[in-house]
Order: sequence, then C-alpha cells, then structure tokens
Amino acid sequence: MDEIVKDFLIESSENLDRLDQELVKLESSPSCTELLASVFRTIHTIKGSCGFLGFARLQKLTHAGENLLSRLRDGELTLTEEITSALLAMVDAVRQMLAAIQATECDGDEDYAPLIELLARLQGQGGGEAETPASEIPAATASANQPGPAADPKACPAAEADEHADLTKIGGLLLQRGQVRSEDLARALQQQELGQKKIGEILVAQGTAKPEDVLAAQRTLEARNPDAAVETIRVGVNLLDRLMNLVGELVLARNQLLQFSSSRQDAGFQAVSQRMNLIATELQEEVMKTRMQPIGSVWDKFPRTVRDLALSCHREVHLELEGQDTELDRTIIESIKDPLTHLVRNAIDHGIETPEARRQAGKNAAGVLKLRAFHEGGQVNIEVSDDGAGLNAERIRQKAVERGLVSAQHASRMSDRDLFNLIFLPAFSTAEKVTNVSGRGVGLDVVKTNVEKIGGTVDVQSTAGKGTTLKIKIPLTLAIIPALMVTSGGERFAIPQVSLLELVRMDSADGGKGIEMVHGAPVYRLRGRLLPVVYLNRELQLGRDAGTQGEEGSVANMVVLQADGQEFGLVVDEITDTEEIVVKPLGQQLKGIPAYSGATIMGDGRVALILDILGLAQRAQVISEREPALHEKDKEKAAGSEKTASDHQTVLVVQCGEKARMAIPLSLVARLEEFPASAIELAGTQEVTQYRGQIMPLIRLSRVVDGSAHDDARTGAEARLQVVVYAEAGRSVGLVVDRIVDIVDEKLVVQTSARRRGVLGSSVVQKRVTDLLDVPSVVRDLIPGFAESPAAV
Amino acid sequence: MASSQQFCTFFLEGHVFGTPVPKVQEVIQHQEMTRVPLAPAVVSGMINLRGQIVAAIDLRRRLGLADRPAGQLPMNVVVRTHDGAVSLLVDEIGDVIEVEEEAFESPPETLQGFAREVVRGVYKLSGRLLLALDIDRIVDLSDLTKAKNNREF
Repeated sequence: MDEIVKDFLIESSENLDRLDQELVKLESSPSCTELLASVFRTIHTIKGSCGFLGFARLQKLTHAGENLLSRLRDGELTLTEEITSALLAMVDAVRQMLAAIQATECDGDEDYAPLIELLARLQGQGGGEAETPASEIPAATASANQPGPAADPKACPAAEADEHADLTKIGGLLLQRGQVRSEDLARALQQQELGQKKIGEILVAQGTAKPEDVLAAQRTLEARNPDAAVETIRVGVNLLDRLMNLVGELVLARNQLLQFSSSRQDAGFQAVSQRMNLIATELQEEVMKTRMQPIGSVWDKFPRTVRDLALSCHREVHLELEGQDTELDRTIIESIKDPLTHLVRNAIDHGIETPEARRQAGKNAAGVLKLRAFHEGGQVNIEVSDDGAGLNAERIRQKAVERGLVSAQHASRMSDRDLFNLIFLPAFSTAEKVTNVSGRGVGLDVVKTNVEKIGGTVDVQSTAGKGTTLKIKIPLTLAIIPALMVTSGGERFAIPQVSLLELVRMDSADGGKGIEMVHGAPVYRLRGRLLPVVYLNRELQLGRDAGTQGEEGSVANMVVLQADGQEFGLVVDEITDTEEIVVKPLGQQLKGIPAYSGATIMGDGRVALILDILGLAQRAQVISEREPALHEKDKEKAAGSEKTASDHQTVLVVQCGEKARMAIPLSLVARLEEFPASAIELAGTQEVTQYRGQIMPLIRLSRVVDGSAHDDARTGAEARLQVVVYAEAGRSVGLVVDRIVDIVDEKLVVQTSARRRGVLGSSVVQKRVTDLLDVPSVVRDLIPGFAESPAAV
Repeated sequence: MASSQQFCTFFLEGHVFGTPVPKVQEVIQHQEMTRVPLAPAVVSGMINLRGQIVAAIDLRRRLGLADRPAGQLPMNVVVRTHDGAVSLLVDEIGDVIEVEEEAFESPPETLQGFAREVVRGVYKLSGRLLLALDIDRIVDLSDLTKAKNNREF
C-alpha cells in the first residue's frame, strides 16, 4: 500500500477517535466554540486528504458532515441530540470506509446516501439559505491573526481561513518550498474564490503541485498547531517490544559482567563495569517508559460508549473520569480494555436505575458513573462506581441457591460481601430480563478471569440504594516483575512478589511447630491459624532430594502465598533472593501446564520457570475451581451448620486422658491455641489464662471425661497445653485437651444410649469409638453464669 | 516445481532423518537445560537461545525410540515453527544433502504408531534411506498434553 495512504489511515483513525470524544463533549456544552472549531477542523482535514488521494465517496460524506458542522460553528444551527447522533453515525461510516480502504485500497461500494441526505436535511433546518462555508470568506478579511467579522475568533481558526501567500497557509508553504510556481498559485487562488474547493485540491487538479507535497505541507501546518507542541514521532509497537527484549538481554549480560568483574582485581575494569551497570539500569527504566501509556487512552472511548448505551437503555448518565494520566504498561492496557468496557456496560444497564426510579428514590435523575484510576503500593487501582440501586443481596442469595452454586444453608450464612463476590461466578446474572447490552450470564466471570490472568484482582462493594463499586487492582507492568527465587528438588523457580505474604523458616526440631497432618492433608499452624501446606517438589513431581521438605530434624522454608483470597504455605528447599525478572512467555509446547506463568533468564544465563500461584493452588486443590470466592472458614462453618439436615459433619477429634477420644463439631471451634503451662493463672479456684485482652477460663476436658486428675503431671511450667477455644456471645472458653488428633469429615451415626454428663453420644470416627462432646452444656456446667455474664471489654 | 531440495540431516539410533533446510534456523552444541516438571516426557527442558526461551524436544522420545545412552550428549537442531523456535535434540548432525523428488516415496506400510504420523515419507539415497520429518506435527504436543490434562483434572 502507498505510504501516503498508510499515513492517511493512521492519522484519520486517530482523528476519528478524537471526534467521538469531542462530539460527546459538545453535546453537553453545545456553545463551546473551541470544541466546535476543533471538530470542524478534524473533519475538514479528513475531507481534504481524501480529496488528494481520490477517495470520492469518502469525500462526499465528509463534505456533507463538514457543511453541517460549519453551520453549527457559525451559530446558524444549535446542536441537538439528533444532530449529534447523525454526526456520530457519520464518524462510524467514515471508520468503515477507512477499514475498506485498508483492506482493498478503495473506499468501498457503499455510498451512504441516506446518511448524506440526513446530514443535508439537518443542515437545512433552522437558518435560511445561508449555506456559505467559512472557506469563502474573502482573503482580504480573513488572515490567521485577523479573522473575518462574520465568525467568532475562536470559531474560525487559521486552518480554515483562506489561502494567501504567508507561511501559515498551504499555498505559501508550497511556494516557499518551490513545489508550486507563484503564477499557478495565484491562478488557483482566483479559482478558489469562485468555487468552494481547497487550494490544495485545485493545485492538484491543475497538475501544478504533487499530492504528496500538498499533504506534507498540510501536515507541517498541523504540526505547528499548539496542541502538537511536543515533538513526537511514530514508532511501531513491535520495535518497542524488540527494544524491551534487547534491554532485558543487556540487563542479563550486565549481571554476568558484574559477577565477573567482582572476581577480578582490576580497578579499571571494575570502574567500567560499574558505569555500564548504571547506564543499563537507566536504559531499562527509559525503555520501560516508552511502553507506558496513560489509561486515558482506553477511557477516551467511554464517553461515546456511555452516551450510546445510556440512550439505548433509557438512562441518564453522567460520566466522571479521574486519573486519566495514570500510566500502565501497554500490554496491560490492552488486556483491561474489554473487562473495563464490560464493567461500564454493566454499571449502566444493571447499576443505574431509570430516571423515574431515581426520582422516586429521591436521587438526581442522572446517574453518576465514575471511573477512577490511581497508583497505590506498586499497583494500579481502577474503580468503576455508580450511584445506582446497588446489589441486592437477597436476590443474589436466591439466585445462587437456584443455580445450585451454594447450598441453602450455606447461602443463609454468607456475609453480604461474600454474596456479592458470587456475581463473579460463571453463569450468574441477576438481571431480570436479558437485554442486548448485558445480562446473558456471561461476563463478570470473564472479567474476573481476564483480570486475574494479568495478575490482578477484582473486588466488589455495594450498598443497597447507594450504588456499587468494582475495584480492580493490577500490576504496573508484566514485562519486568519483582520475584522471589526459590529452589526445590534442585531446580530454581521464581514466585511473583504479588502473591507473596511472608516467609516462614520451620525448624521441625522445635517441638510441635512443624507441619501437622489433618486427615492426610498437611497443615501448618501460623499464629494459631491452620494453613494448608503444599510441597513444591511433590506438587511438581520433582525427585526427592536428601534432607529436604521439613522431614525429620531438617530445616525447611515455607513461603506463605495468597491465591484468590486463600492463603497457603508452599514448602521449598531454599529461598535464595528477590530479583527483578524479565518475564518471557513459554512456547506453545509448555503453555498447557497451569503451574507456570512463564519463564525468565537468570544472571547466570540459565532459564528458570515462573510459578503461577493461582494455577498451582488449583492443582494442589488448595482452592477449588468451583467456589473460588469462598474461604475455608465459610466452608467449615457451613459444614458444621448442616448437622441438623444431615448426619454428615466435620468434627475435631481430640484426645483427653490415656484413651478417651472426643469429637467436637468444628463449627463450635473458634481457634486452636497452644499455651505454656506457665500461662495458667488462678481466679479463685478457676484456672484462667489471658487471651486476646480477656480473661479466658480453662476447662480440662479429661476431668470432664473421667473426673481423673492425671493431667496434673503435665503441668510443669515447660509443658505446653493444647487448647480448643470455644466462643459464645463474645466470651471465650478454653478447652484443654491432651492432643489434637485430626479434623474428620465423616458420616456420624450417633448412639445416644450411653448418655453421660457433657456428652451427646458416641459414634465411630476413624474406626474408633469417639464421644461427641456437648460443648455448651459442659461450659454451663463448669463455669456457672458463663452465658449470662456480660462480655468482658 | 523444483525437482530437487536441500535437506538438513541428522541421526537418531543410527537412522538418518531430515527436514528441508529452510525449516532449520541453526544447529548448536549441547546446551545446559532447565527441566520443566509436569511437562510431557518428550520435553527435555528449556534452553536459553540468546535471550529467547526455547523448549527442547527429545526426538528419540518423540518418535518412540529408546533413550540415548547415558553420557551421550545430544545436539540441538533449532527449527522454525509458526510459534517461534523449538529445539529438537538429536544424536548427531549429518550433512546437508540434495535430494531428488523422484527418490521420494510415501512411508512404508510397516511403519507403525506415532512415527507414521510424523514421517512424511522416505527418500531413497544410495545405500541408505532418509526419513523426512513433518516438523510442525512433531512440535505440536497437543496430543500429549490433552491426555495429561484429562487425567489430572
């Protein structure tokens, strides 16, 4: 394709994007002459260019648009919704024609006659027959500095004033460049006063100037426009990507060089490599910047989208944008475009109510849709908020149960926040009717998946009647990320810093602090919480290396990670370093493995895999794929609460005394704690301990079971007590047990015949007879007045 | 239609295999590799090819041949595919040879299993046979990964 045509296409598509925004802005402030002038100028430029290039149909259409605009600009018409829609339709038509030109190098067969007719009809409204575009103002009165008396100074910019021999005009510029002879120009100017054509077109038609020269001159003029004050050039995105890759290489070579130089005693060499180090770092930063784009480049589409949507959904929407300058890596910008558009559509279709409903609710008829972007903690935050009806927790609950996403008991216990997060599940839509805008049940789950794909998170907040806010957090860049380097089974892996919560060094010699088993699943007690544990070498089926993985007497390292709101510990052999790594994609052969998100090249030139924490967690079934938003705690709660409906329940099995095993419904267990025996104090005859700013009474379960006192032997100050904390009405009681055995999810057949004090009955758990403890009655028995006394603190 | 074509040849278990020269980007010495756990067994690892990360496929395993004897280091034949470069591990590199189209024949019926899918045909050279490989089919591991994923999820 011709270079000129290519340039024309690029330029025009940018101009069209600007037109969209400007037209929408214009609708809200129809008398802004500056805006009108700018819109006019943009259309005019396109029209002018396609004149030279011989796209007659395109020219005809833009000409019709230009005429309409010129009447608007001269104040003979005022902008109505109908006119704006027609002009936007024209912009769309131009876009289609440009696409046709791109594909076939000719402007298509469609002549858009009805649209041109519409534009002409609209133009004919209002004023009389004063169909004189500004380009006909005689040269004598219209110069750049002294615009014609007919037009407002702002409304009649230099670009559209008549040509004469100064350098702000195409003719003058061509003359100066020797691309046209002065007598030809004079003739052309004369001819122009008779017709309405542009000087450039006339010159080309006369064959006295080359189209390229005219276009170049026109561009030079535009470059002098104050808007384009900063000097810019166009650079292909591929080139930037390639640069980024090369810089990544340079950084690696630099790392190697530094390692090498530090082993040499050559001061000169060291000085040079230090300098090289600084330059490479700076270069890396600068090249990163070339890939950064303000988020505004995505948002700029929204005024138009919002306008069209609001019209088709019969809403009044006022769009507010905040933080357009927030910069993001190009690749991220690309991948949030669709999710953001989806959220905007959702907010208008589902969020903001109809004007009537809003008035009834005592709100302004026009809803406010606000997009806000800002940097925080090395991440970019994007919020899409509306002041609409908000999410209806009840409806979500019903829907979730109807669709079988959660059980009814579970749903009744879920917090509003958890309920709201259900909207991100696939096949979830609360819209009462399906519109062509949204509500087909595909959508928010895709938004969530897309955002998570680039290492981001989505959260929703909503207040009934006040509105909904969707918050997206995404990393600044994907190309270079901070990562923690670990080894496992002799291989190195990178863990993206975003998923990292903390590092734990486990010394399993330190009694009871290591990893424990819950029904075959390893867990770790982190500050009293049970953290599911995943062994990296087992998960990746790496061979077992000697002395690793926290087995007998060895030291293991655990990385506490977060994936989809669920925390888990990842056991690795060694934690080496944190490093900035350059993320490289895996080839198609390795893409299907969910445990990796990419690979990187380390300072020594070797390749290391980057772990995909989400994928790894799903693989290890730390989080299930079906209920991503539900936390372990909720599941436990739900399991415990179902005991009335089914006899299948989760119990904590403890040992009290030599043989007795007791089961406590897990739903009644607030926490598992460990205290040194020295922490026990006496309040009267009651054993108590200080726990979270309260005085917590302690009950020795073994005394409940058989009344014996054999546990006294274990109360040396060194001994540690295993305590099951039970909470009721803000007060806690500690049940001291000898040993926590397991957490079991089993179908319990409870035999109540052997009724004893504090025991609901007996059952067989893990093939052993286990008493089911009646915790509330034990507590009431042993600590009189427990429930009645007010909560301390 | 060209009556002859240049083939880059290499050896696996003593057999001669080959692929048209334009398919081959470069041939390099054995490189240190990074293992990829959970990957299909035919993927020996990844190599750093001047900053590009390239998967290395063991052709012996891909073709269902016996593993290379311990201690014998493979060579890398880096081939171009529509999805970037991929390295094929072979025992030894042969010459670039000119083959005549007349010498071509479809794979013999006796060729069984996966090899039949990836051997496009046989060129009868003087004294030996050259097996022409379908590189795009070889580097497409979707037959392996699908089976694996089904088992795991």
